[in-house]
Amino acid sequence: MDFNDSPEEAAFRTEVRDWLTANAPEKVDTKKLSEPELLKLAKAWQAKKAEARFTCMTWPEALGGRGATPIQNVIYNQEESKFDVPRGFFDIGLGMCVPTVMAFANDETKQRFVAPAVRGEEIWCQLFSEPSAGSDVAGLRTRAVQDGDDWVINGQKVWTSGAHYCDFGILLVRTNPDVPKHKGLTMFWIDMKAPGVEVRPIHQMSGGSNFNEVYFTDLRVKDSQRLGAVGDGWKVALVTLMNERLAVGGSTGPNYPEIMELARSTVTETGSALANDAFREKLADWYVQAEGLKLTRFRTMTALSRGQTPGPESSIGKIISANQLQDLSNAAVELEDQFGIITDTAIAPLEAAFQQSLMWAPGLRIAGGTDEILKNIIAERVLGLPGDVRVDKDVAFKDMPTGR
Amino acid sequence: MNFDYSDDQKFLKNEARKFLDAHCTAAHVRKVLDNAEVSHDVALWQGVGEQGWLGAAIPEEFGGLGLGRVELCAIAEELGRACAPIPFASTVYFLAEAIMLAGSDAQKAKWLPKIAAGEVIGAYATSEGPGTVNPQTLQANVSGGKLSGTKIPVTDGDIADLAVVLANENGKPGLFLVELAGAGVTRETLKTLDPTRSVAKITFSGAAAERLGDAGEGFALTEAVFDRAAVLIAFEQLGGADRCLEMAKDYAMDRYAFGRTIAGYQAIKHKLADIYVKNELARSNAYYGAWALNVGAAELPIAASAARVASSDAFWFASKENVQTHGGMGFTWAVDCHLYYRRSRQLALVAGAPKTWKERLVRQLERRNAA
Ligand SMILES: Cc1cc2nc3c(=O)[nH]c(=O)nc-3n(C[C@H](O)[C@H](O)[C@H](O)COP(=O)(O)OP(=O)(O)OC[C@H]3O[C@@H](n4cnc5c(N)ncnc54)[C@H](O)[C@@H]3O)c2cc1C
Ligand SMILES: Cc1cc2nc3c(=O)[nH]c(=O)nc-3n(C[C@H](O)[C@H](O)[C@H](O)COP(=O)(O)OP(=O)(O)OC[C@H]3O[C@@H](n4cnc5c(N)ncnc54)[C@H](O)[C@@H]3O)c2cc1C
Repeated sequence: MDFNDSPEEAAFRTEVRDWLTANAPEKVDTKKLSEPELLKLAKAWQAKKAEARFTCMTWPEALGGRGATPIQNVIYNQEESKFDVPRGFFDIGLGMCVPTVMAFANDETKQRFVAPAVRGEEIWCQLFSEPSAGSDVAGLRTRAVQDGDDWVINGQKVWTSGAHYCDFGILLVRTNPDVPKHKGLTMFWIDMKAPGVEVRPIHQMSGGSNFNEVYFTDLRVKDSQRLGAVGDGWKVALVTLMNERLAVGGSTGPNYPEIMELARSTVTETGSALANDAFREKLADWYVQAEGLKLTRFRTMTALSRGQTPGPESSIGKIISANQLQDLSNAAVELEDQFGIITDTAIAPLEAAFQQSLMWAPGLRIAGGTDEILKNIIAERVLGLPGDVRVDKDVAFKDMPTGR
Repeated sequence: MNFDYSDDQKFLKNEARKFLDAHCTAAHVRKVLDNAEVSHDVALWQGVGEQGWLGAAIPEEFGGLGLGRVELCAIAEELGRACAPIPFASTVYFLAEAIMLAGSDAQKAKWLPKIAAGEVIGAYATSEGPGTVNPQTLQANVSGGKLSGTKIPVTDGDIADLAVVLANENGKPGLFLVELAGAGVTRETLKTLDPTRSVAKITFSGAAAERLGDAGEGFALTEAVFDRAAVLIAFEQLGGADRCLEMAKDYAMDRYAFGRTIAGYQAIKHKLADIYVKNELARSNAYYGAWALNVGAAELPIAASAARVASSDAFWFASKENVQTHGGMGFTWAVDCHLYYRRSRQLALVAGAPKTWKERLVRQLERRNAA
């Protein structure tokens, strides 16, 4: 066990830092930019990273990576986090969708899609969840019917992050309703701009519209757009979801250093709020959680670098980070006392970062597997406890009880 | 001992529910939420006035109904449940209570009838920046009857006619009544976590100010007013928390995952049971506060603090776990969960954050134990 960089790692860190110093875009006030403006900056930065092979680093060189170790990837991310670069647009695509394409598509498809995605020229979204199938995504209803060499798709997806700016998506559909639900699914890649695809933004409680409803009306896809065998969609989806464990769960938003600064600068009757015992105890807890999580990720990286696959234990990450974000943001807002209600970025401390994360955190507790589902996964997959009584496993999908 | 509403109070509460079910639906709340120019529901405000609620606890000699505070608590519970987008708390729990507590006969005679008649919207201005204002940080100052300084945030400060302002005069903190339509008052509406309630920054530059209560008593009086407001707000929080539990239950009973309603999963059952338990403990603490407020008991500071801490916690928990129970739907603007999530923050902050009340509660306990 050694938390210091090895000589090679230290050399790599220097290389990364030098490159970032020379190439990172100038700091811009991202809060003042529209999404299309941000996207433009993000694409430019992604192209630069791709050219220097500082994105998708662990992928083979032939696919645009540099065959880096997971530890090198961590080192890059650590260094990049010190710079104010545009983030977030490519995580789902490059973290989850494109790896699925790489695992299941033929060479021609990979040739066509991987490189432009790596360069940020084309963005991918994940079309899994439906109105009646979120936690229970295998209960989805969007139907694909074969018609010669084509499949004709009708139905609706929901909560599709980024669908409004994405070029392609991986789409999980039902091809056979007469077999139990996990057995009747098939995965395709689709062109989001094709006729028959309609994207409608959803206004979320935090104010913006990062996700969408996506409707399919007689969308025609070629059989060559299929990823994996007909009826094997669940197996394919699990590869995506396994990658999701690594892609999500990273800390977003303010954390213990930011609330510590807020407390330091908040005056109370007995001095700075940072001197308050109750606050100090909470601060210690947040530190222990945040660091515990970071170090737990290092353990995952170590396992990865030994060739193991990320296991269900990575579910710990998002339960902790999402709940901590909600808890910490709320504590910060209360620390500001009456003033905490203000969300004007020009007035509220830290440009209202705490107020924004307070409104965003509830989404994090749901996206990519809810708290409750992740705890079930830990209980059942990690600890080996028996699952709930299942009424949906062995009946034909069409006979399954459903509600709204 | 009778630790519940009386039949008359239940009747009043039920009538209030019926009125609000008709005049304060989610669509009414959303009209205020979705329009930055709309500060409050004017028709509802008028209706509430016609119901006599603004003067429920104001003595009859000043044009009110002269009911007890428990009746006002019953109304508050229903307003909280309906997430009412009106300046009720600012006007009734803060301004009217402050005048009844500290006003001279002339001030009572001048203002209470107007409040009861719905002619005056109130505000209570203490905060001047992030953190809790205290005697060392208080900047607002009155000199020669003129107030100068900045108050931020002031709930309903942009629509209020009359504000109670905490300020120093000759080096002593006091409360002052300031008519906001007068000269020397600049107001700016602010964006907040809960757009269904209005909030402003008010800059005073030589605004006419009249002292309310004794010189030097500004902080003590504010504590006493906040004790009263805290009990009343606790009932709004309770109403909101109960509504969250109902919403979560209704949704869970109908929502299927893995071929079963999610209500049948223990993770959801325990979550709703946890909400219920917190709500019931908050209710008991709030009832004790209502009693103490109603009879003017010496225990009021302890009872009010306990009610505030319990109800703030219950509403926060219920509102966030209601979102969680709704899954992705709960995170949308279109579903009502976030109205309560927002309101839970508004109510927890408006009379001072729960952490300051915990400190105050323990201070009171120390004092009681020493006696
Ligand atoms: C911000 C955000 C971004 C998203 N982005 C995407 C995306 O890009 N692509 C995509 O496909 N999806 C996306 N989603 C959808 C997300 O995966 C689903 O919302 C999530 O899986 C929950 O599903 P649901 O909304 O249908 O809630 P439900 O599954 O209906 O859950 C409702 C409640 O029931 C609980 N519950 C359900 N089953 C059980 C059980 N067996 N035991 C105990 N409790 C249970 C849940 O925990 C939750 O509290 C996103 C969601 C959000 C909020
Ligand atoms: C101090 C004490 C005094 C007692 N006095 C009496 C008495 O006077 N008379 C008498 O008859 N009994 C008495 N009991 C027994 C008591 O009622 C049982 O211990 C209790 O009901 C739990 O049953 P069990 O011990 O069989 O545990 P189990 O029922 O085996 O429970 C073990 C664990 O599983 C959990 N569990 C069980 N079922 C579920 C479920 N459906 N969902 C979720 N979790 C579940 C439990 O919560 C517990 O954590 C006493 C017990 C104690 C500890």
